[in-house]
Amino acid sequence: MSETLPSLRARNLSRRHGRRMVLEALDLELYPGEVLGLLGPNGAGKSTTMRILTGNLAPGTGSVEICGVDLLENPVAAKMHLGYLPEIPPLYRELTVAEYLRLAARLHRVLESGVDAAVAQALQRCDLAGAAKRQIGNLSKGFQQRVGIAQAIVHSPAVIILDEPTAGLDPLQIREIRALIAELGRSHGVILSTHFLPEAEALCSRVLILRQGRAVFSGTIDGLRQRCPGGSLEDCFVHLTRAETA
Amino acid sequence: MIATIAAKELRMLFSSPLAWITLGVLQGVLAWLFLNQVDAFLGLQAQLSLLANPPGVTELVVAPLFGAAAMLLLAVTPVLAMRLVAEERRNHTLPLLLSAPVSLLDIVLGKFLGLWVFLCLIITLATLMALSLLAGGRLDMGLLLANLSGLVLLAASLAALGLYFSCLTAHPAVAAISGIGASLGLWLLDIVSRDLGALQALSLLQHFERIIRGFLNSADVAYFLLFTAAFLMLSVRRLDQDRVRG
Repeated sequence: MSETLPSLRARNLSRRHGRRMVLEALDLELYPGEVLGLLGPNGAGKSTTMRILTGNLAPGTGSVEICGVDLLENPVAAKMHLGYLPEIPPLYRELTVAEYLRLAARLHRVLESGVDAAVAQALQRCDLAGAAKRQIGNLSKGFQQRVGIAQAIVHSPAVIILDEPTAGLDPLQIREIRALIAELGRSHGVILSTHFLPEAEALCSRVLILRQGRAVFSGTIDGLRQRCPGGSLEDCFVHLTRAETA
Repeated sequence: MIATIAAKELRMLFSSPLAWITLGVLQGVLAWLFLNQVDAFLGLQAQLSLLANPPGVTELVVAPLFGAAAMLLLAVTPVLAMRLVAEERRNHTLPLLLSAPVSLLDIVLGKFLGLWVFLCLIITLATLMALSLLAGGRLDMGLLLANLSGLVLLAASLAALGLYFSCLTAHPAVAAISGIGASLGLWLLDIVSRDLGALQALSLLQHFERIIRGFLNSADVAYFLLFTAAFLMLSVRRLDQDRVRG
């Protein structure tokens, strides 16, 4: 039996902010071709987890391996396989979409001969071809969000990490972005965070629910449903994220 | 990678009015000073010819011009440098660089080089102005070269210092003001510390003045190089602390 290796494996991650533990003993694995949803109420540690997984934040303890490369020991090599869209897309408003994506491709070490092709592909995948020459600052929020995603996939990384990719978008844009994420999930490993359950249900092959920095559930959506028979998914989520607080 | 980041900084600089205004205003001020100096020199020429070993046009026109350029760089560099990190922090664009396969040293060197190249452009314009004197006379090329190297070294030091202050905060204006304060302080250390030899050795002015008088000695050159390297290393450390502190 062939065993697929995880594209990303995090072990025992924890981080303290002052006296408060923002993240505690979190284990996480992502396999190629799956979409893992990070769920939890605000302040549960979703963004912190993502910032740690992408090397933007150092964990207090624990390790992160991306495609077998240790992120803390060998950050440059590990980040080669990584695409990241933070909660606020890191966009330079003065640049045009194409200029910005060329910069992102170069920063992610796409070979100079392949930069134009990579940019063209990212533009096409994110449906941005018509906006390539427009200045990012003049784009609508939905377009900016798509530029943010394009930036994360321009170098075809094995692991794509998207922090609330559909936040603040209108229903039509949400539908488009979801379709894009579902497509990305077929060829890459995707981790996305959301506090919107239907989104997780529609997109994620697996979910990890966080509450106050701890994993309270890890498994498929069906598995989550089985945890509270009779109740809706939402009841189940509320039950899991509220339990033990009292 | 360093070149990619430096090119990005330059492009961002030139896509805002700041770069053009800076170039225009500095060139205007320097031209006015230059013409004044030429005028004064022409007025003095009759008296100078009576001296046995009169100072030449390079000493009387070019050296004061470069001295004025140094003062202007002192005021302008922190303003140009404030954007480098502080503005990226405020606009939440740093994650693009931090999650790309690029080391912190590359980021710092790229940003430093981008700014330094721009400052060298200002210096080139001033130098061209000085060279225009060749149309009507001869220049002491050795002294001109010493002046040029002094200014280029000073620009590197100021750029590194400004970059460091930009790393300290998320408020560009705070970075600029503290950068100006620190550069002025280091410049004037000379005056405040007349009888404290050790402090005097730290003064930017001391080392710069020796070089623009034509004494290009290795101790002064080393001072500027060490100064630059020290603030670049401090910037790397500061950015690394961000990752730890969050």
